[in-house]
Amino acid sequence: MSSNTAPRRSADHFVAPVSETPVAAIDQVKLSGQRSNLWTDAWRDLRRRPLFWVSSIFILLFIVVALFPTLFTSVPPNAGCQLVDSNAGPSADHILGLTKQGCDVYSRIVHGAGASLAVGFIVIALSGITGAIIGSIAGFFGGWVDSVLMRLGDIFFSIPYILAAVVIMSVFSAYVNVFVVALAIGAFTWPSTARVMRSEVLRVKNSDFVMAGTALGQSRLALMFKHVLPNSIPPVIVVTTLSLAAAITAEATLSFLGVGLPSGTMSWGNDISAAQSDLRSNPATLIYPSLALTITVLSFVIFGETLRESLDPKARALR
Amino acid sequence: MTDTRTPLLEVKDLEVAFRTQRGSVKALNGVSFTIEHGETVAIVGESGSGKSTTAAAIINLLPGTGQITNGQVLFEGQDLAKASRSQLEHVRGRGIGFVPQDPMSNLNPVWSVGFQVEETIRANGVATSPRDVKKKAVEVLKQAGLDDADKRMRQFPHQFSGGMRQRVLIGIGLSGDPKLLIADEPTSALDVTVQRRILDHLGTLTGDAGTAVLFITHDLGLAAERAEKLIVMYKGDIVEAGPSLEVLQNPLHPYTQRLIAAAPSLASRRIQGSEQKLGELKHDTETDAGSVDLITAAEERAEHLAANPSEPVIQIRDLTKVFKIRTGGFRSVDFTAVDKVSFEIPKGTTTALVGESGSGKSTVAKLLLGLESATSGSISVGGRDITTLNRRELFRLRRTMQPVFQDPYGTLDPLVNIGNTIAEPLKIHGVGDRDSRRDRVTELLEQVALPVELADRYPNELSGGQRQRVAVARALALKPEIIVLDEAVSALDVLVQAQILQLLAELQSELGLTYLFITHDLAVVRVIADNVCVMQKGRIVEQASTDEVFASPKEQYTRDLLDAIPGAGIKIGV
Repeated sequence: MSSNTAPRRSADHFVAPVSETPVAAIDQVKLSGQRSNLWTDAWRDLRRRPLFWVSSIFILLFIVVALFPTLFTSVPPNAGCQLVDSNAGPSADHILGLTKQGCDVYSRIVHGAGASLAVGFIVIALSGITGAIIGSIAGFFGGWVDSVLMRLGDIFFSIPYILAAVVIMSVFSAYVNVFVVALAIGAFTWPSTARVMRSEVLRVKNSDFVMAGTALGQSRLALMFKHVLPNSIPPVIVVTTLSLAAAITAEATLSFLGVGLPSGTMSWGNDISAAQSDLRSNPATLIYPSLALTITVLSFVIFGETLRESLDPKARALR
Repeated sequence: MTDTRTPLLEVKDLEVAFRTQRGSVKALNGVSFTIEHGETVAIVGESGSGKSTTAAAIINLLPGTGQITNGQVLFEGQDLAKASRSQLEHVRGRGIGFVPQDPMSNLNPVWSVGFQVEETIRANGVATSPRDVKKKAVEVLKQAGLDDADKRMRQFPHQFSGGMRQRVLIGIGLSGDPKLLIADEPTSALDVTVQRRILDHLGTLTGDAGTAVLFITHDLGLAAERAEKLIVMYKGDIVEAGPSLEVLQNPLHPYTQRLIAAAPSLASRRIQGSEQKLGELKHDTETDAGSVDLITAAEERAEHLAANPSEPVIQIRDLTKVFKIRTGGFRSVDFTAVDKVSFEIPKGTTTALVGESGSGKSTVAKLLLGLESATSGSISVGGRDITTLNRRELFRLRRTMQPVFQDPYGTLDPLVNIGNTIAEPLKIHGVGDRDSRRDRVTELLEQVALPVELADRYPNELSGGQRQRVAVARALALKPEIIVLDEAVSALDVLVQAQILQLLAELQSELGLTYLFITHDLAVVRVIADNVCVMQKGRIVEQASTDEVFASPKEQYTRDLLDAIPGAGIKIGV
């Protein structure tokens, strides 16, 4: 700094005219504002997102297809397959063509949706509920209960679930049905839900409102059900949606490997598996079931992602 | 050589807007001010006033969706608002240094402190060869007040205390010998005594080097004490600016008047003065109707107390709490958080438990509330020892004693509406039926001055101060005798803080409540408490009536705490 000039000091006392910045009442309550809580905020955000609508429409569509396949096709998927028509191309009656066995590809996709979605929903019912219960017990009680349950989860988690499912399915190959497949997948996917649930329970358990509840004399169990669980659920819902997609993929993988659903059951995995030998002669039989699988899985993944972003206020602010 | 007749920094009609889902929101509506060479200027305001946005806009580091929409930021004649990235990089560090708010998160935990200082020095081109860089880094850290900087260079941020980290950050900010240092709430996260030392140090460093400083703070007392010029911001506008003392002694804008009336640090100073010039002062502080004056509240309290001497309702004897801290494996060491603490709280009065972080004050609160169990000693409430109660007796005791916690955002369950939150204690203790509970909720909402329509709203819609009111209402629901306020106003802006303090004082005189007021802020104690216990490292080092503690503190530690109240040295209205 130069030594010869003292810095100029402005000493004006500036006051803004009060009319320009009127002073509002301190901490006034705004009753006119929109009502909001976590769920209404999330919904308000979700409904403005096209991806949410697209994925929900697809998911709804697939659910309706799975429940009422006959609404979408009158052609029976298995009966009346004529070997004469083997690998025939699309026609007016069979818009996506025919398989090697002479069955209608479109009808098989429509009727196969049930198996895929059933496995998906049973898996999340099993692993989601088991995981949530085990995770909340571990988080709530802490101590050795937590250690035992979470190490148990780690054991299951350390085994690649596809590998485990392959082993289980080949042992129980005689009793294979949708439930067994779902059980084989679900038995090894619950730890991820349990972990999320546990960490959420731990987070919420230490919040001030739970402490305030304790100071009010609320019992631990009541606190758990009234305050801790409702606040822990949102991330678990997101994880569950994403694992539903994973379960559908897993079922298709197992069926493709020949250890999933019996070949008589219609499922996309079985169809993809059966079609692989005709990849060059009739790729349509492979592509269409694969496409159905991809769109379903993608819908659930996108649905889960949009849900996650909308339920998390921080993620919402970043967008 | 720069022309010293032009100001160092000139901000002209600065406008900043943030893009949000609901369109763009203006954060600054045309802010103008200047900073001369070597001058210290403070911007004061509440949260949302735009003070931090102003600081960020100057060095073009607006977060996320923020954008300068209009105006100029002239730093030595160069417009930073329109400067290119490389021009800005040239200015940042060497022209303008920056000290961020939170020392805990602003050092990278995976690099040694020395590395981070060296990085800054290299980036600013202060030195280039490894040896020079290292030498300069040691110098910077020494200057920042770290003894044996040579050794500490190799240490990592977690090995430094909060105050030490802030010293490092100040060192980093000053390492490029900037002409202007922007310090955004540099000490808000620190204990008062540490804050004082750091600010003294910062003042010495910048004073020696002739560095201009722009302080961003919410604390009017601190701003006035440290800066020559004060800028008061409100809702994105500058409402008042001028020489610090003049603004404090002769505030012209109603908002500034309000702020001064509500600032505990200044109020406590004025109360001390008021002992001599009471009448005159009362006249001075009559401001607009919307404001809250802490002095009036404090005087009412004193009168009330003098009229009603009373029996102790809480007696704490030799209370000790030892925590076991796991040191890895199955070993653990004992940590005595509360060490033979004894005190009494007379009925209908307020006792403040004051201490810095780690002094054990919050543990005392948890022990009293029965949220932790004592290692030894006794706590008696209304003549009954609560450390030996069984579960049912404890449940009954809870009706007489309720807490209000610090964090307004954590204290209410976001998924439960306000009405149910307030009614919850009634449900737990089976008080009344549905209708009578609803009536009680209405009554409670009125008591804490919230509109009744709020009952079916959710916490999301409320501000921090409003949430604390709801928490107070919940605590009052069972008509307790004792309320434990654990830093209940510390997270609030001054105006809101003053409002809540006033509410607490009113409720006390109306309902005859007894408060245990836990705080780190001695300034607030002055306006709310009748008696003070000063805690340090788990022990009570001094206890006396508030007036005694402020007038003639006996312990050195208490004196340090009192001296550290920002603005304590300013003569205002006296």
